[in-house]
Amino acid sequence: MSFVSRAFKGRPRDQSRDARVPPGQYVVRDFPVLSAGPTPRTSLAEWSFSIEGEIDEEKHWSWAELRALPSETVTRDIHCVTKWSKLETTWEGVSVDTLLEGVETAAEYVMAFCDGGYTTNLPLEDVTGGKAWIAFAFDGQPLEAQHGGPARLLVPHLYFWKSAKWIRGLRLMNDDSPGFWETYGYHMYGDPWLEQRYSGD
Amino acid sequence: MRTLVLAVPGWPGHLAGQHVDVRLTADDGYQAERSYSIASAPSANDRLALTVERLDDGEVSPYLAGELRIGDTLELRGPIGGYFVWDIAMGGPLLLVAGGSGICPLMAMLRLRQSAGGTVPTRLLYSSRSLEDVIYRDELDALAAMGSSLEVIHTLTREQPPGWEGFHRRIDAAMLSAVGWPPTDRPLIFVCGPTPLVESVADALVNLGHEPARIKTERFGPTGG
Repeated sequence: MSFVSRAFKGRPRDQSRDARVPPGQYVVRDFPVLSAGPTPRTSLAEWSFSIEGEIDEEKHWSWAELRALPSETVTRDIHCVTKWSKLETTWEGVSVDTLLEGVETAAEYVMAFCDGGYTTNLPLEDVTGGKAWIAFAFDGQPLEAQHGGPARLLVPHLYFWKSAKWIRGLRLMNDDSPGFWETYGYHMYGDPWLEQRYSGD
Repeated sequence: MRTLVLAVPGWPGHLAGQHVDVRLTADDGYQAERSYSIASAPSANDRLALTVERLDDGEVSPYLAGELRIGDTLELRGPIGGYFVWDIAMGGPLLLVAGGSGICPLMAMLRLRQSAGGTVPTRLLYSSRSLEDVIYRDELDALAAMGSSLEVIHTLTREQPPGWEGFHRRIDAAMLSAVGWPPTDRPLIFVCGPTPLVESVADALVNLGHEPARIKTERFGPTGG
């Protein structure tokens, strides 16, 4: 007989919504902010985005150059490892596929690196093929600093710590290597549907 | 607020600042999970203390702070979190800034410090709505009275008792500058509480000249874990 918490009822079940919420998550209407430290404040004049590492020639974009690239508006559900999920969030950003156009590499992984020192690792195939963006607007407004502005990585199919705030670039790597939270015990991959929150899950 | 004391056989130990994930299961298999900071010091072995704030529209907290009885069993997982932690070896001076229930992980740090006979110079700046809302009030008074270079400074933002001579406003840069260590002392800083408090305190500390890398934040509240 599996474990049951005596007298626990929980919220009323909502079949249609529950099917789109990964295990262990609950839906919120607001947009929680979580971070490990103070919010970095980088001016657009200082901002740049780079692709570096296992690549013949590094690529760089200034803010103006990034904004001149074609961008898309996408609506996705997002899932935080701290258990909240927010449905139908709308973002505008440049697809990572656009930034990687013409890049030849044998690398299979990337490390996203950010202002303030945050990093997170992902397989290259999880940020390509229409799965990831450098997002600069949320809900039709410029992305606020506490939510990762001027720009953050957006990778909605993984737990949201992989959607690195204050991103400044992607470093292409041959081998996987733990980023910030991964070093502190969080899962290397982070699939919310397999509830891969912590290492060993 | 309700403190749960849990007997956890086989508990591997934890660091001050870590949390646990609690999971509740209804009889139809429906599950809800939430995170709670461990308020007890690491030395308290297989007894864990969690302090739970009952949120009226919460799903888990009303159960933990209301229905749960002595003798009940909980499923939990942990300890979780390796960044927002303090260990004696990390030294100081230590500046702890708490808003409301954000005091919980900082309480584990203070209890650790006390149980290890630590003398790391420490200041706790604790924001509450009123004196009645101050969690662990007597224990904090007792710790501060021990003369082990711990100072506890309260600010009561909504209501103050007659004769109150302490701070009575939200934490701001001037208060942090008056209470905190100067940036040249390179304090280790832990800030925990609701997001607006954490955001404004962290910003103010950076603007006062503290190194961002020495400021660790954890955000609490209905949707902050």
